[in-house]
Amino acid sequence: MRDVILEVQHLSKSFGKNSVLRDIDFTVRLGDVTSIIGASGSGKSTLLRCINLLEEPTSGKILFHGQNIADHGSDASSYRAKVGMVFQSFNLFNNMTVLQNCMIGITKVLKHPKSEAKERAMHYLEKVGMAPYINAKPRQLSGGQKQRVAIARALAMEPEMLLFDEPTSALDPQMVGEVLAVMRTLAQEGLTMIVVTHEMAFAKEVSTNVVFMSNGVICESGEPSAIFDTPSDPKTQEFLFRFRNN
Amino acid sequence: MLPSDFIGRIFFILDIYGISLLRGAGITIVIALISTFLGCVIGLIVGIIQTIPTYAGQNPVKRFFLGVVKFILNAYIEIFRGTPMMVQAMFIYYGLAKVFGIFMDMWSAAIFIVSINTGAYMAETVRGGILSIDPGQTEGAKSIGMTHYQTMLYIILPQAIRNIMPQIGNNLIINIKDTCVLSVISIVELFYVARGIAGTYYTYFEAFTIAMVIYFILTFICSRILRWIERKMDGPDNYDLATSDTLMHTSGMYTHPKVYGKKLGEEERRD
Ligand SMILES: Nc1ncnc2c1ncn2[C@@H]1O[C@H](COP(=O)(O)OP(=O)(O)OP(=O)(O)O)[C@@H](O)[C@H]1O
Ligand SMILES: [Mg+2]
Repeated sequence: MRDVILEVQHLSKSFGKNSVLRDIDFTVRLGDVTSIIGASGSGKSTLLRCINLLEEPTSGKILFHGQNIADHGSDASSYRAKVGMVFQSFNLFNNMTVLQNCMIGITKVLKHPKSEAKERAMHYLEKVGMAPYINAKPRQLSGGQKQRVAIARALAMEPEMLLFDEPTSALDPQMVGEVLAVMRTLAQEGLTMIVVTHEMAFAKEVSTNVVFMSNGVICESGEPSAIFDTPSDPKTQEFLFRFRNN
Repeated sequence: MLPSDFIGRIFFILDIYGISLLRGAGITIVIALISTFLGCVIGLIVGIIQTIPTYAGQNPVKRFFLGVVKFILNAYIEIFRGTPMMVQAMFIYYGLAKVFGIFMDMWSAAIFIVSINTGAYMAETVRGGILSIDPGQTEGAKSIGMTHYQTMLYIILPQAIRNIMPQIGNNLIINIKDTCVLSVISIVELFYVARGIAGTYYTYFEAFTIAMVIYFILTFICSRILRWIERKMDGPDNYDLATSDTLMHTSGMYTHPKVYGKKLGEEERRD
């Protein structure tokens, strides 16, 4: 069996009285591509944000290499440096060029020298096909280009795991393909990924595991063929049925 | 003696008092520039402290200390924004000396008063500027492992300062005009000089016409310079596509531990 990287145990999250996640359990192994699917408002983003500590879990454990990072004492910044995140709204740094966006984490967080940071940043920008745009500011790019830079920025930190929160939802249809192509290659290369997505074809084709969420709980999880072809939970069946008929 | 026509009297005044007026204008602009600068520094520090987040699980001593500091800073902002600068000037320069024996020379008092006032206004502007930056910027910074301090320094403040540049300009212009209240503590700035000339020759209209023109020139030049700085901060409107030379230079040399073969998104690139 491959090494376990992340283990989420009995994770719950409430905003005030509003309970958004209840007793979430799942495991991510090295090289897994886990797709999280589910209706709007089912808590997918909240789960991903808890995993990256952008939200503080109300209870439960998040074990990263066996160490509970949901603990107050743990160092959130150094953990986040190892777990990248790609957002629906890109969140590129508006005051920096494409190249600076990809370098700043390497120089300031990992504290590598500038020359090395530049080489690394260029390498990943090249990988996502954005190398010619190093001098552009985010506002001068299309949505698909921004998202590819955001992926390069996350990759440049050389994280052990990369989280994607609906990376293509804010894009025009013709730009979705370019971002999914990048993600597909990353998956093939063995990068560990957790992807919240509404792109069912992508989830079915690329993932190693699929997690279906409904109302803050995991209803069903398993291999993509099991979830998509022979779903056992009626909620999963209904969700997929509605999805196909849209 | 005093000419009988308006233009003649203007030139008469300029002839005799030209140097004094220029010196007064110089004092006005110097006090305004120094105080605006110091005020911005005060405002930045206070505004930054006020936006330090407190969260559960934080060291309680640190949290308490931060609470006390924030309370004091809030009191400072409310008091100095809520009272007239002229009254503050009298209070600080004459009042403190008399009651507490704190003597400040005229110049320190002048710069202190204008700076501390600007600081109170700027603190709120800076706080607003920081809060107005899209939370996504902070999340992006956190997601690559930046600390709160790094996020502020490299991501939030550069954007916030750019956004509040028009307010900094506003404060500079207000300060150029408001230094005239310092005449109550005998600072010989532009207004003081003009009032002296007006009183000596009974030429209120002429003396203050000249003062108006000088004030306007000072503020107008400053606002143009600030616009220019803003445009510089925005950078060029267009970007150049990098040439293949610069790309080959870097991508060829970097050897990466993982096996990353083909270029991603290749087929989609048709820009
Ligand atoms: N900061 C917050 N405060 C209060 N409630 C919140 C907060 N963030 C999310 N919620 C609530 O939590 C629930 C789950 O939200 P979440 O964004 O995780 O859903 P989602 O599955 O990602 O939906 P979508 O597919 O639309 O992105 C929603 O009902 C939402 O209103
Ligand atoms: Mg969401």
